[in-house]
Amino acid sequence: MVKVENLRKVFKKGTIDEKVAVDGISLHCRKGDFITIIGSNGAGKTTLLNLIAGTCFPDEGEVVIDGTRVTHLPEHKRAKYLGRIFQDPLMGTASSMTIEENLSMADLRGQLRTLRWGVTKSRREFYKQVLKELELGLETRLKDSVSLLSGGQRQSLTLLMATLSLPKLLLLDEHTAALDPKTAQKVIELTDKIVREHNLTTIMVTHNMHQAIRYGNRMIMLHEGKIQFDVEGEEKKTLTVDEVVRRFGAELKDEALLG
Amino acid sequence: MILSSFLRTIPISLEQGLAYGLVALGIVISFRILAFPDLTVDGSFTLGASVVARLIMEGAPPIVGILLAIVAGFLAGCCTGLLNTKLKINSLLAGILVMTILYSVNLRIMGRSNIQLLTVNTFLTPLENLHVNRFIPIISFFFVVSVGFKFLSDLFFHTQVGFAMRATGDNEQMIRTLGVDTDKMTVLGLGISNAFVALSGALVAQDQGFSDVGMGIGMIVAGLAAIIIGEALVGKQTVERMTLAAIVGSIIYKFIIAVGLRLGLAPTDLKMATGAMVILALGIPALKKEKEGKLHLRGV
Ligand SMILES: Nc1ncnc2c1ncn2[C@@H]1O[C@H](COP(=O)(O)OP(=O)(O)OP(=O)(O)O)[C@@H](O)[C@H]1O
Ligand SMILES: [Mg+2]
Repeated sequence: MVKVENLRKVFKKGTIDEKVAVDGISLHCRKGDFITIIGSNGAGKTTLLNLIAGTCFPDEGEVVIDGTRVTHLPEHKRAKYLGRIFQDPLMGTASSMTIEENLSMADLRGQLRTLRWGVTKSRREFYKQVLKELELGLETRLKDSVSLLSGGQRQSLTLLMATLSLPKLLLLDEHTAALDPKTAQKVIELTDKIVREHNLTTIMVTHNMHQAIRYGNRMIMLHEGKIQFDVEGEEKKTLTVDEVVRRFGAELKDEALLG
Repeated sequence: MILSSFLRTIPISLEQGLAYGLVALGIVISFRILAFPDLTVDGSFTLGASVVARLIMEGAPPIVGILLAIVAGFLAGCCTGLLNTKLKINSLLAGILVMTILYSVNLRIMGRSNIQLLTVNTFLTPLENLHVNRFIPIISFFFVVSVGFKFLSDLFFHTQVGFAMRATGDNEQMIRTLGVDTDKMTVLGLGISNAFVALSGALVAQDQGFSDVGMGIGMIVAGLAAIIIGEALVGKQTVERMTLAAIVGSIIYKFIIAVGLRLGLAPTDLKMATGAMVILALGIPALKKEKEGKLHLRGV
């Protein structure tokens, strides 16, 4: 489904600040996998997602999505495969545009855009339906500017936009980290619901070990650009925070990880 | 007495405000929608005027001159966009470079520093002869043109491509992850913006009866002043309001200038007064420490 082969990314190559952000990572996701990724600050989590999405390009290695080699394809050309949510709720939506305008742009992910009307009547009904499922009352506010929404509402809308056209791979980068705990919990539950409902192949980066263990069928721990720990299936189900801390305590200097 | 002297400035303010309204409309597209501080405007305005003046002098039908002026403006805007997106030149500098190059281009096109059009037939000549009071047909014409392009822009910015262009100015990273080539959107948007500006230049040259290589100087600042005035009156929450603000603001700006001149403002101080107006409007929010008023611009 999605294959990452021996990926390597070096920043500021050849200077004293040289930094190997991703150091030979290989990862095979099967269709429907929900992988959580955990690791301390600077472990290379965001860089790995950036390499998969084409925000930056690797020095070595390959990225293959659904049988297509996309390693050097620019970001906008591989958008049709990917849904993506960033940590910052402001990043996922165009704030000066309305809720329905934002949804309609997501609706056309990776498709040719023409001079046809941006929001059509029939699609508007569809947007109302999917917004209703968020249970945030947004279905009555289609023509409201997104700038009027709270962080949690915006991130929920982004989630909807990222999954609207059922991407081959959903990339989530600490997408609940900027929200207050209660809202974060709601958004993560919504994420889990949508991912299961559509059986979406998902990679979710999180700083919260409880989240990483609780959700998904596979967990990967990154450290200094390498995969340190990769656990799935039954073994992951029975995993506890204490056990991870016992085994990797040294690398878990990062308090936040234990959330 | 004083009142009637003010009233007499209304037709000329309307005529000029509507004619220059297309410049403000173009600047709304670059500065507001694309969030791209495009300074090409000073050059592309004169480019439109030069192209139309030269072609009319050569005996071409004025409409051909106008159409080619639009094309030339479009290409000039694309150049600025390409310098920024492909050669990664800072957006302000890209505009200044093209503006500077256009100065030479405009001299080449005209073959000298100005062309008189008073004695030849322009696109506006048949209109002016429609009525003893030339203001009536001329103002109507400029009204139809600027309001027409305002509505066309409104329509465009509600299409799929229009959405993508607005999102490019609002949140480039987001719309790229949705599969839009934001470089293309920037180039296209600047092309459209400068096409409007060049059209305005082409019409103004025929209206005032000459084209001059210096006629575009200060156009960007005047356009910004118009937009700021317009936005203060009609707001900028939607695309429709932004484009309306350009036209309304342009008319009121020209009216303020006309009144100022009547009250004794020296024509030589005009650009200084306009500049001061823009500084005040942009500076007051900063002094009040409002985040809101801060201009969001890309590529600077
Ligand atoms: N554009 C860049 N230029 C230079 N160095 C970079 C760049 N992006 C990331 N790095 C470096 O690469 C390393 C990995 O960064 P990355 O953002 O992938 O970490 P992360 O695991 O996402 O961390 P966090 O949990 O803080 O988000 C860091 O040392 C970072 O400083
Ligand atoms: Mg990160």
